Amino acid sequence: MSEVTATSQPGISPAGLSRGESWGEWLDRHSRTFFIAPAVTLVLLFAIFPTFYTVVFAISHVRFSATGLKFRTVWLENFASQFTGNQQVHFLGRFTSMSIAGWVFTLVIAGALLWWLYRAVARGTSRVGLAGRLISAAMAMFIALLFSATLLSGNQWGTLLNTLFYVVVGCSIQFAIGLMLAFLCSQPVIGKNFFRVLFFIPLMITPLGVGYAFKMILDVTKGPFQPFWQFVGLGNWAWSTDAWAARWFIILGDSWQWIPFIFIVLLAALENVPKDHVEAAQVDGASSFQIFREITWPQILPVAATVMLIRMIEAFKIVDLPNIMTSGGPGIATESMTLHSLFLWRANNMGDSAAVAYLLLILTVVVCSSFFNYVVVKRLRKARA
Amino acid sequence: MSGTPHPTFKKHRSFRQRLFEPPAVGKMSLVANLVAWAILLFWSLFVLFPIYWVVITAFKDAVTVNNGPFFIPFVDFQPTLKGWIAQFATDPYCDAYSIGRQLVLLLNNLFAFIVSPVVKIERMEPQICKVYLAYTNSFVISFGATALCIAVGSMAAYALARISYKPKFGNIVVFVLLALSAIVASNYFDVHWAISGSAGLALFFLLARSLGRRFKTTLGNNDILFWIVSQRILPPIVVIIPVYMMFQSVRMIDTHLALIIVYAVANLPIVVWLMHDFFANLPIELEESAQLDGSSRFEIFWDIVLPLTRPGLAATTLLTLILNWNEYLFAIFLTTARALTMPIMVAAKNTGERGILWWEMCAIIMIMILPVIIMAIVLQRYIAKGVLLGAVKG
Repeated sequence: MSEVTATSQPGISPAGLSRGESWGEWLDRHSRTFFIAPAVTLVLLFAIFPTFYTVVFAISHVRFSATGLKFRTVWLENFASQFTGNQQVHFLGRFTSMSIAGWVFTLVIAGALLWWLYRAVARGTSRVGLAGRLISAAMAMFIALLFSATLLSGNQWGTLLNTLFYVVVGCSIQFAIGLMLAFLCSQPVIGKNFFRVLFFIPLMITPLGVGYAFKMILDVTKGPFQPFWQFVGLGNWAWSTDAWAARWFIILGDSWQWIPFIFIVLLAALENVPKDHVEAAQVDGASSFQIFREITWPQILPVAATVMLIRMIEAFKIVDLPNIMTSGGPGIATESMTLHSLFLWRANNMGDSAAVAYLLLILTVVVCSSFFNYVVVKRLRKARA
Repeated sequence: MSGTPHPTFKKHRSFRQRLFEPPAVGKMSLVANLVAWAILLFWSLFVLFPIYWVVITAFKDAVTVNNGPFFIPFVDFQPTLKGWIAQFATDPYCDAYSIGRQLVLLLNNLFAFIVSPVVKIERMEPQICKVYLAYTNSFVISFGATALCIAVGSMAAYALARISYKPKFGNIVVFVLLALSAIVASNYFDVHWAISGSAGLALFFLLARSLGRRFKTTLGNNDILFWIVSQRILPPIVVIIPVYMMFQSVRMIDTHLALIIVYAVANLPIVVWLMHDFFANLPIELEESAQLDGSSRFEIFWDIVLPLTRPGLAATTLLTLILNWNEYLFAIFLTTARALTMPIMVAAKNTGERGILWWEMCAIIMIMILPVIIMAIVLQRYIAKGVLLGAVKG
């Protein structure tokens, strides 16, 4: 004990040069700080501080004047106008009375969520865990209600559900196809190295270029599939005026770009699965599908969950493709929340723009951390055990 | 193991077995191979076709684009260079002299920027056609942002992997409160932002030194790492309005430096995340022995650690470079004319009275994506193996 206290150095002044110390030594003594300070400063200044400052915009009516911006605090009015006021149609969608299908869907989801919460309580989840589950359940309930009141009741939905559509449907499709391609390329197919390089390329291409390329290819009068459109009788059809066609075509472009990402990560994961397990199962006469389900899938599950989390985080930020391919149209049918906020900013409506941006942040954080806590963490824990 | 060999692997196989059953362990049956090939070929076509269409459209002209689809150059249509010539011929200052002048201008303005705290050197005004301007801007900004991001990010990642930090939770709360009060003061009580900001910072250091001793709860390295990495969740649109205001207040809108800083911060989480993994997996003995020999931490980092992680560093750099090259949203907000980047320049081509001129658009898209495609093909092996999997597993 006494040795330890003797070797610890008392008396070095915390800042400034000590007697007989060179600048190099001073720098080295403070290297702890100098290594991490630039990163922390940059993040604080350009990520954390602006995030707080956006609140000021989100709770104000902002007006331009000769001396600069004038803020009039209106507290939650901007947020309220997204949900109930003049932005409601744009953000949430149009509402009429709820259809039977809507009620059924709402009740089913509500029952499932209640069962899920009940199980969490019965298992003795901690208070923090319960609070998190309540938030996730509330968000899920709200989205389910919104979905029933718009799509299932035959109404148009707004930018919130557009964004979720890109995230949920887009990411699912990309995961399914990416997994299939990775699985095929992990088999002893001839020329798989060539396919690997080829399939990787779309990821690198500027999203803007992807948007224009698909806009051009999907053109029904001049595009390469013009004979096909003629043949099926859609020669004069403009897909950009059809809400669902436009949404699916944006997902098509997005998938073309992002499947490579999922493909390349899952392929690397599949190649890390020990070969002897697979071969032993093959000798025992297991079919490829059985081998995949029983041996390969459990081993790649942690990586698969993580790669989906990364993909989802990026998918929430989607803006280039809808902006280029349809400018958010027809109407607002393909507008994502980022694009919604961008358009409001262009209209000099900074309060609403900041409010929409904040709602996007809340949505992203709740959905992604729910996915992380209930899907990714569990898989990682299982893999470590 | 039973004595009889598995029926699949006997020497003489029936026709059905030849088709459907693999000839040996680790091989595929004929039908499975054919199906796999069919799917992979179909996907190759799907991947290649948009690229092929962009490439051939870049060599078409108004007639061959508008009169229905033509697929094969020299057979269906005669390729021309009209789309390419249009990029350079319509604007003035697209000659060799202007390109040379632009390079001189970049060097001159960089030098002027570096020495600006000491001496004031006159900056040159760009006088060059848009394509070259956007291209040089894109190069300067994406390389600058990548360099900044890698330098700052890998230092932080190394520190988080090797040095243990224990920030006091109370100090963080104090910092947040002071930042909020600085925002309120400058926004609602007309205090100049420089005054409120520096007063808040001074108060923070004072309070952290005095009050900080009393706080007990500390956070660890993993908390800091999670905090930095989780910034990637933040949608850019949330921060862009205040960032715009900040740069406007110091008159840095439409400058390279503004974009370099913003891009670097946006990609910092990725760099810290990936590099932390590489550093944490290095054997610590080398560093310990160097420390015993009296090397400083900076020397260890520069001479030992960085060379050891060179493959990972290269892959991370490449990934960051590509993300910076492709960035669109920040550039919309923060550029108007001078710091115009390639994606903004391409998006601006959209507005024409006669609709989009696809042959010109495709030519410029090719100019835009050529560098990244070359990098991707040359270095895809590094990106896939070195970076993504390691990080995703960790």
